Parts: sequence; structure tokens; C-alpha cells
Amino acid sequence: MATPALRSIRLLVLLLIALAAPFAFYPIFLMKALCFALFACAFNLLIGYGGLLSFGHAAFMGSASYITAYTVKMWGFPPLLGILAGTAVAAAMGTVFGWLAIRRKGIYFAMVTLALSQMVYFFALEVKFTGGEDGIQAVPRGTLFGLIDLNQPLAMYYFVLTIFLVGFGIVYRTIHSPFGEVLKAIRDNEPRAISLGYNTDRYKLLAFILSATLAGLAGATKSLVFQLASLTDVTWQMSGDVVLMTLIGGLGTIWGPVAGAFISVTMENYLAQLGSWVTVIQGVIFVVCVLLFRRGVVGELSYRLSRWRGGVRLAKPASGD
Amino acid sequence: MLDWVNIAVPPAPALFGQLLIGLINGSFYAMLSLGLAVIFGLLNIINFSHGALYMLGAFCAYLLLNFFGIGYWPSLIIAPIVVGAFGMALERLLIRHVYKLDHLYGLLLTFGMALIIEGLFRQQYGSAGQPYSIPEALSGGQNLGFMFLPNYRAWVIVASAIFCFGTWFIIERTRLGAYLRAATENPALVQAFGINVPRMITLTYGFGVGLAALAGVMAAPIYQVSPLMGSNLIIVVFAVVVIGGMGSILGAIISGFALGVIEGLTKVFYPEASSTAIFVIMVIVLLVKPAGLFGRGV
Repeated sequence: MATPALRSIRLLVLLLIALAAPFAFYPIFLMKALCFALFACAFNLLIGYGGLLSFGHAAFMGSASYITAYTVKMWGFPPLLGILAGTAVAAAMGTVFGWLAIRRKGIYFAMVTLALSQMVYFFALEVKFTGGEDGIQAVPRGTLFGLIDLNQPLAMYYFVLTIFLVGFGIVYRTIHSPFGEVLKAIRDNEPRAISLGYNTDRYKLLAFILSATLAGLAGATKSLVFQLASLTDVTWQMSGDVVLMTLIGGLGTIWGPVAGAFISVTMENYLAQLGSWVTVIQGVIFVVCVLLFRRGVVGELSYRLSRWRGGVRLAKPASGD
Repeated sequence: MLDWVNIAVPPAPALFGQLLIGLINGSFYAMLSLGLAVIFGLLNIINFSHGALYMLGAFCAYLLLNFFGIGYWPSLIIAPIVVGAFGMALERLLIRHVYKLDHLYGLLLTFGMALIIEGLFRQQYGSAGQPYSIPEALSGGQNLGFMFLPNYRAWVIVASAIFCFGTWFIIERTRLGAYLRAATENPALVQAFGINVPRMITLTYGFGVGLAALAGVMAAPIYQVSPLMGSNLIIVVFAVVVIGGMGSILGAIISGFALGVIEGLTKVFYPEASSTAIFVIMVIVLLVKPAGLFGRGV
């Protein structure tokens, strides 16, 4: 167990690294990683703490990115309002999809979310405003509050970092709230939570909406970062990507999805020229993670750390302390 | 809007043509969802790689033809055996390790397997389709007066119906099927009676996968043989499975064929919605009967 002081220091160090990072790495790479990190955190809230595997989270990310790109480009929304619009649409979709999907459990839940997101994909392919195969290109980043020009990479980076921190803070607060505790109880033993008088469906739905909203926030931000909203963001492959990120980092850990997103985006960067081998490698990682490495990077680290610490603590009473 | 006037009373050939395509798609939905249901019954995992193995069946036929000159009819037997054996190897090597874990890990594992298989084939053959010609004996067609019925398509519908009901017969009406159903209910007890349940699980997986490969071979002359042919199909089949529920073999078959036909009819009356028709039906079923039409439990 880390003491609160140690934890604050750790957070402060991470924050300093995040603030200094754009001077050492490409801002666009960092922004991409941050968007995916937020996306993965949102997804992890659902599976890691609610035990609900959504295989259709790309629908929320992709739709929000379309809405933001469209409102900013066509209606001249300022960036923040555009992001809010995209996020709001994702929240509304999350409400409907969640309301439908929580009628089924386990594997069926995953299949329902996958099917619903595929519906969104076909919808995005056919309606006019998404630009079909071309997507919505050349989305202007605009100026924040009419003051800060977001076309400057640094300004955009700090803007994205702020959004990520807000989203991450919401996830963190949710997990450590009474609501989060009930969610974990439902994950571990739903009949028992019901017998204790909790309306588990309501908890699951709220978690789903929150997760969809934050996934939307990530997508909306991403569309401004890349100035593009495209079909890629609503495909089932994207839904699979976020599952993979969370799995690599560690399901049900706070930092796991962030680590997983950075690992995955870095990997994609280096492997981009390998074509379809990327898919093969992703598949291999899935298989390895499921069979041998279910705790993920962060989960494994904290497990070893706590076992090491636990060993020390257990040794103490024996030595007569 | 003007389109509606034309579409309101579709000409008979168009109607029956789409009905035929619907039945063909329905045949494949039925064969795949049947395999998924059989596998799920015993293994308790949803086989996400089912689409990839269906694609593997089609490629197996394609490779047999182009490298060994082996035609359609032998392929119809060889491909399911080869792919089924491959599936059994996968089950022994990988899948059996996740039986004791949460069901979701089975889904993630088989998803990873699907990515590997599809990625390898896409690397080798690209995303474009390879043609596979219709066997000579089934080329041509019948003029039924109201429509033209290609022989091959008629064969696919009849054959898949036979395969589906054959499977149903084996599972519901034979001793082997009785063992299978018993093992689905209570594997420990069946094992105590001296039946080798792990081997049965392996064979069941091989059988379900073989069925997918058989569907792949039959699909090869109709659709082009492409590495992505399975992944697009499997999501629709998942929706079919959600609609039908996996509790019943007959339910899987009926909902497969029925949804194929409904999808075909949507193409006639409201083409824009044809790709989403099955998903919309899934939503309606979830609202009205959340357990699925033939489902037990949720």
C-alpha cells in the first residue's frame, strides 16, 4: 500500500513528465496516445469495474468524432462547443445502446454491443453528412475561447492534456466513489448485489452511459487533433483495438489503460510499414495476454509489488517485531 | 420519394431474385450460427474465429484447386476435414486453457485467433477477392417461368438445409447426440459415466469448425474468396445468434434462414436499410423478448 504522500508525489512526477513530454516527443504522437488513453480508460471503467465487455465502443468514439468534425467545419462551432456537441451525442447513444444491451449478460452483452456498433458503421457509410469513404477532412482546429490558436502544436497538446486529465479525473473519482464500490460488487457477484437491495440494472446503465460519454470525449478530441473524422473510427477493428489496449495494460487497473494505449500507439507507429502483419501481431498479443498475461503490464507490476511488500510485512511479526 | 412508387409493387423477378439471395445468405447464417450454438453448448465460449475459419474453408477449396487441381466436389469433403483438424489443434493448444476462466476470455482469445488467421491471409492475398468457378455439373439454371434459378444456388440452399437438419438429427435423435446434450448439462456427471468429455469437447469444436468450413466451400463460387469474407459475416451471425438464442439447435437453423429471407426482402422494399435490417430486428427482439426467440435464460 502506497501512502497518500507517496501517491501524491507519484502523481506530481507523472504530471511533470506529461507537461514536459512535448519537448521530447512529437506532440501529434502524444496527443494521439492521450486520446486513446482516455478512450481505453472509458472502456476499462465498464469492463474492469463493471464486468461488462462492450465490443462496440468504437460507435461512441466514431460518432462523437463525426459530430465534432461536422459542427466545427460546417456550422463554425468553436472547438470546445464542438467537442461538447460530439460528447453529448455519444452520451445520448450510450443511453440508448446501454438500455438495450444490459438486457443481456456476459457474452450476449458483448455480441449485442458489437452488432449495434456495426449498425452505426453501416449508417455512417450510407448517410451523406459523414462523407462516406472520404470522411470529413480538413477540420479546422479553431481558437480556444477566441484567444488561443489551437493550430500551434504546443497549445493543442496542452488542450488535449487538459481534456485527458478531466476525463481521467472523472474515471478516478467514479471508481473511488460509493457508486464505484457498488459497481465492483455487481461485477463480482450480481445476485448478491441484487439481494442487498441494489437496482443493479440502473448501476450498469449509468456506468455504460458514463463510459460511452468519455469514449465520445476521446473521439471528439481526436477529430480535432487529426482534423479528420473517418470510417476507421467506427469499425469493429477500432472496438477491438481498445479491448487490446486495456488488456495489455491491465483490466481493472487505473493506470493500465493509459499504459496500454501508449504501448499500442507506439507499436503501431513502428509497425505501420508492415501492413497486415500488424493485425497478426495484434492477434498474437491477444492470445498471449489471455493465456499467459491476464493481469496486463500494470496489473502484473502492482501484483509483484504488493506480493513483495506483503512478504516483507508477513516476515515482520515472525521476527518478533 | 418517386422511388417509393416504383418499389411499392416490385416486379416479380426482382422480388424472387432477392428472395433467392436471401435464402442463400440465410443458408450461411444458419450453418454458422448452428456451429456457434453447438460449440457454445459444450465449450461455453463464443467462437469469434468462426468467421475466419469459414474463410479458411473457402481458401482451402481455392488452394486445392489451384495447387493440386482438386475440384469442388472433393473439396467439399477435404476442406471441412482439414479445417476441422486445424480447429481441433487450436482447441487442444489454446482454447482449452480458458475453460475455467470468465467466458469473456474465450471471446477475446478466439478474437485474437481470428486476427492472426485473417492477417496472414491478407498479407498473402491482399483484400481483393479471388474467383472460384461453379462446378461444371451445376452450371446453368432452370427457367421457372417467374424467375431464373441458377442450379448452383438451388444446390446451396438444398445442401445447407440437409446439412443443418442432419446436424439437428445427430444431436437430438442419436445416442452420440444424447451424450453431447448430457455433457452440455453436466459434464462432470457424464465423465463419471466413463465418457471421455475432453475428447468430446475437442471433437465438437472440430465439428462446428468443419461446418463453418463447409459453408465456406459452398460460398466460394457465389462470393469471391477473400480474406475478409468471414469477419463481415460473423458480426451479422452474432446478431442472428442474439435473436435466436443459443439454447436450441432448431432455433438457430430457423432464425438463420428466416433472417436471410427478411434481409433479402428488405433489399426489394427498402434497399437503404438492407445492411442494417438484421440489427434492427435484433433491437426489436431485445425489447420484446430479451432472452431471444428460442433462448433459455439471458
